[in-house]
Amino acid sequence: MSNATLPAETSSGAMRRRALADFWFYFSENRGAVIGFWIFVALALVAIFAPLLAPHDPTQQFRDALLTPPVWQEGGRPEFILGTDAIGRDILSRLIYGAQYSLFIGVVVVSIALVGGIIIGLIAGFFGGWIDTVIMRVMDVILAFPSLLLALVLVAILGPGLTNAMIAIALVLQPHFARLTRAAVMSEKNREYVIAARLAGAGRLRLMFKTILPNCLAPLIVQGTLSFSNAILDAAALGFLGMGAQPPTPEWGTMLAEAREFILRAWWVVTFPGLAILITVLAINLAGDGLRDALDPKLKRS
Amino acid sequence: MLRFILGKLTYLIPTFIGITIVAFGFVRVLPGDPVLLMAGERGVSPERHAQLMAQLGFDRPIWEQYLDYLWRLMHGDLGTSLITKKPVLTEFLTLFPATLELGLCAILLATLIGIPAGVLAAVKRGSWFDQLSMGTALVGYSMPIFWWGLLLIILFSGILQWTPVSGRISLLYYFPPVTGFMLIDSLLSGQKGAFASAVSHLALPTIVLATIPLAVIARQTRSAMLEVLGEDYVRTARAKGLPTGRVVGLHALRNAMIPVITTIGLQIGVLMAGAILTETIFSWPGIGKWMIDSIFRRDYPAVQGGLLLIAGMVMVVNLIVDMLYGLINPRIRHK
Repeated sequence: MSNATLPAETSSGAMRRRALADFWFYFSENRGAVIGFWIFVALALVAIFAPLLAPHDPTQQFRDALLTPPVWQEGGRPEFILGTDAIGRDILSRLIYGAQYSLFIGVVVVSIALVGGIIIGLIAGFFGGWIDTVIMRVMDVILAFPSLLLALVLVAILGPGLTNAMIAIALVLQPHFARLTRAAVMSEKNREYVIAARLAGAGRLRLMFKTILPNCLAPLIVQGTLSFSNAILDAAALGFLGMGAQPPTPEWGTMLAEAREFILRAWWVVTFPGLAILITVLAINLAGDGLRDALDPKLKRS
Repeated sequence: MLRFILGKLTYLIPTFIGITIVAFGFVRVLPGDPVLLMAGERGVSPERHAQLMAQLGFDRPIWEQYLDYLWRLMHGDLGTSLITKKPVLTEFLTLFPATLELGLCAILLATLIGIPAGVLAAVKRGSWFDQLSMGTALVGYSMPIFWWGLLLIILFSGILQWTPVSGRISLLYYFPPVTGFMLIDSLLSGQKGAFASAVSHLALPTIVLATIPLAVIARQTRSAMLEVLGEDYVRTARAKGLPTGRVVGLHALRNAMIPVITTIGLQIGVLMAGAILTETIFSWPGIGKWMIDSIFRRDYPAVQGGLLLIAGMVMVVNLIVDMLYGLINPRIRHK
């Protein structure tokens, strides 16, 4: 017995390495995906090293430099590369710190939605019957509301703020994960390997999480990247509407909300925060497209 | 077909009941006393408070209140706005044409550009057009539309001074609403320049609202087209010597349109979410702006009613899309 287990373990390690190499091969075929991936890595580094990179404190107000234009424009000052906002805060520093918020929002929201969705979907798909019906009807109800509207109303109930905005967005994004998990579980649960595991005496939890779940991960990963960018966009939208992160937090959507009244006087206070959102979301979506192609065996063959 | 529709309907009833529970529950789970909330800063005496609680039914069991709510709903009573004191349904219906006009123009723009772009990208797969259009689509898909709207205002209203910043029509023109659609009403009024003014007000919001649906439709059309172009019957049609235009336009496009129509239908939720942002930026007097204003003014009956009507609308449109889908695709209908 012990003799048989040992090589099996090493080969599973080798298989994993092999699968990873395979994955990277297909992923790197897509030039856009690789670019997106590296931009995302760069953003993560910016977020981590924000205190070292930012030239100023993001909340420090330079009273002598209100609405200073970017350095290349007339009137610009070299210490404020992207200019300053209406109360004299350095925009570049705020953008750098803002990267922390956006990535944090993405990670937290996707984690909550993913874990919640997987558990709910596993339960629905595994048990079936009335449990499944009730759970999926509830998911349908959540999906019947436009996501931003439901998030707005939830934040209105919970009170404006970044934490509540993240909870609301996670709740709104979660049914997608539940549906995907359920569908995958339903198609997997009667496969032979699952029946074999069941006959071997595996308990319900083991069947759900160790036997079935790993074989349902590919669509969930793709949905995860999609939700990551959606979470950033929705959180920024909530911030823009005054329902997300509150000033003076250097969150990009909140920065845009504060900048709105200056759009015709100072283009830079509006342009740069939005550009930061666009680049982040675009990078994630680019990488997500590549991920989908690399993980989808149907597309791989063609 | 009838059985197909009935099947869909029975499926929707639990969802609709769920929506009413959410809309009903929304006001109940709010922290604070509903009567104090309505009284606002003025406050009420304890006797008046008890009287109001009884009058509004808040002292009865929750399930009784819910049934009462459903009963009033079935009679078209969605409550009264706390701010304007007008029925919520009337408010909604007054503002709805503005959102409908904007939404229809946006989806029209998205379809008219998205489908041809997607078809062309698929037919010329790998060409510079394919790469450019799909690159643009991905940017559009990733766009924070509230920022996009502000950028367009800076460019077209600020620098070029081509378009106005907000509203539906210039204050110079006044005519009573006939259809509620500014484009049609301005033509009917016969006033010179009114139509042009309406168009110039509508242009930017339409572009902003159309951005994401356009990107989604173009991407979906391309991938549906690519799938169909690889099918045997398309190869047969080609082998028969049919001209490419006929193969693409007649054989492939027809079948590729099935998933695309579904995609277009599913954009209504995206449009309603987009309308909230677009109408806020352009001060467009529609449902989206009304919802966000009501949330900020704590006008809970209005939020409750709007939530229900919007979700109900999304549901009905999705049902129609499902039916259309069954209509053009017999395989689904007869399953």
